Amino acid sequence: MNDALCACGLDVGSTTAKIVAVDRAGEIRWWHLEPAEPRVEDQVARLTDLAARAGVDLSTTPLVATGYGRNLVKVAARTVTEITCHARGIQREFAGGGVLVDIGGQDSKVIYINPQGAVVDFAMNDKCAAGTGRFLENTAARLGVALDDLGRLTLSSREEVPITSTCTVFAESEVISLLAQGARLEPVLRGLHRSLVRRLAAMIRSVGATSSLLLSGGVARNRAVAQLLEEETGARVQVSAHPQLVGAYGAALVALEMQTQVE
Amino acid sequence: MSGQGRVTARAGLFLGRAALRLRRIRAEQRARAWQHDVLGPPLRLSPREKELVGRHWLEARFAPGLGRKVAWVTSGAPVELLKALDFFVVYPENHGAICGTARVAEGLMMEAEAAGYSRDLCSYARTDIGCVLSGRTPVGRIPRPDLLVACTNICQTVLFWYRVLAEMFEAPLLLIDTPFVYYDEAPAHAVEYVKRQLEEAVPLLERISGVGLKAERLRDVARLAKTASELWMEVMQRNRHQPAPISAIEQFIQMAPIVEMRGDPETVDYYACLLAELDERIARGIGAVQAERKRLLWDNLPVWYRLRDLAETLGRHGVVLVASTYTNAWGELAPMIDPERPLESAARTYLHPILNRGTGHKLATMRRMIDDYRLDGVILHSDRSCKPYSVGQIDQRERLTRDYGRPALLLEADHNDPRCYAEAQVANRLAAFIEMLGP
Repeated sequence: MNDALCACGLDVGSTTAKIVAVDRAGEIRWWHLEPAEPRVEDQVARLTDLAARAGVDLSTTPLVATGYGRNLVKVAARTVTEITCHARGIQREFAGGGVLVDIGGQDSKVIYINPQGAVVDFAMNDKCAAGTGRFLENTAARLGVALDDLGRLTLSSREEVPITSTCTVFAESEVISLLAQGARLEPVLRGLHRSLVRRLAAMIRSVGATSSLLLSGGVARNRAVAQLLEEETGARVQVSAHPQLVGAYGAALVALEMQTQVE
Repeated sequence: MSGQGRVTARAGLFLGRAALRLRRIRAEQRARAWQHDVLGPPLRLSPREKELVGRHWLEARFAPGLGRKVAWVTSGAPVELLKALDFFVVYPENHGAICGTARVAEGLMMEAEAAGYSRDLCSYARTDIGCVLSGRTPVGRIPRPDLLVACTNICQTVLFWYRVLAEMFEAPLLLIDTPFVYYDEAPAHAVEYVKRQLEEAVPLLERISGVGLKAERLRDVARLAKTASELWMEVMQRNRHQPAPISAIEQFIQMAPIVEMRGDPETVDYYACLLAELDERIARGIGAVQAERKRLLWDNLPVWYRLRDLAETLGRHGVVLVASTYTNAWGELAPMIDPERPLESAARTYLHPILNRGTGHKLATMRRMIDDYRLDGVILHSDRSCKPYSVGQIDQRERLTRDYGRPALLLEADHNDPRCYAEAQVANRLAAFIEMLGP
């Protein structure tokens, strides 16, 4: 076993599952990320096996679970919501608090963190996938555009075709019909990103005005989102170094605190 | 009314009351063995309240058989006048709530939707219309209305809802128009305007009921309504105590008599007993939640089909809903009721419900309640069906959070339509909010 790995965080999200192990100082020492599977319990078993092979002794190392599937993680010492975990993870990376925008597969969150790292307010998209990663993912899949190319193609256009539907399903139909009418792909993609970012901006306003934003979640890898978010809000956007791991990392930090308290 | 009809009605009442009594006794026996890992013991009086409400609907069913005229009214209708004229008063909104808690509202709403009523309409209205169209109800049978009374002090939907009912039943509709109160208090001319509507309605009401209005009877009913409202206010105010002896979730259930049986002596008796039980709970240190840690305010109607889940979810974290603007609305106007000037005071009282006043008034009410009940945060239920209650909540949330330092959560749902309730999202928001409240 690897004594350096003191605590573990597992984020079972709607699109991806992530596991992170940290050392005594709270630095990420090992991580793994893979697409989410419908059989959560089987996937969790496999992920904890992987962690064991990486040297995490789960009989002595506390594991904190977060994400939508957190309650299905039987080995978890504790379950904590994504809101708290994201705040904890991002606070470690960018000390001093701020407003975090996390764009996940199924929901988007805006979290207001005070300078001490405590959550003072949050907003989430309600009941609808508009404003989430799924919104872009669905449309990209229909258009045959790889997710990794989405940002580059979007930013390659200065033109923008507005997308009026906020519903993910209807936006997809709208994009297809625009393309069928001869619209170019890149301006349509830019319009699609604008639609997503506008919804996020409204959520950010509901939590409070800010001059800088922190960005996490899988969608943060898409450069166009950060750039358009800056345009839309006028705030400077800083992207996490491991945008998809922030929740799992925060969970690992909560686990580390538990470990420290026991000692 | 035929003699045979009366005999049948009396027999039905007798048997129904006996069945309700038996159900209450069994429930009381079951309650003694009741245990829960996080919630406090249930109120001893709960089975009696169920019996009281059950009797109300039983009596409604047989009221026409006993020669009484039936009025269907909105929750903010000036009921004292109707009771003084011996109308049996039925509240479709309360019936809607019963359907919601019994989880039969969805099927009834679908009946209304199949008949062309949009899903964007209030879920109480759809439940009620679905009930009329299908004849299905969990309360046995609802008597046809001889009169419909809609008062605009809760929303404008009731205007259209009751016009639909008027057409369905070919029943007369009495509309009481209560102008919106923009500032602190309704102006004298608004009070005069509503009072005159009530005065002008008297001959019509007397004609329908066949009973003449007696000043003494009206005073008595107003006195009973005032006493019951005062007692209800006291019941809620017992939650200034820590731990809170009765959660707002339990209040949602216990409020049925003050809404639909206001002006009846049984309601006064019931709340006097409830108050005594709460005092006993306080003396014995019994709380609604076993380990009370955080105290919250609830704004808006409850989510009727999720009351138990909400109580348990919060209770597991030592969180209790201590107060609600909704239950408060049925007590806060008690001081305005003046039995010596029943019509004028009814005009004033029914002009001032929380929904007939500005969003600033609601914010001030919430702030006062936060102080009175020493609350740690607020859950604002953004109720898809109740726009007048939900409008302004985004600003109210912001003001509570920033200016008043109380965490506030906006929870999107619907009071009666479970299709507007996103289970996973609600659970996640609640969990995150509880974590945010801190240790």
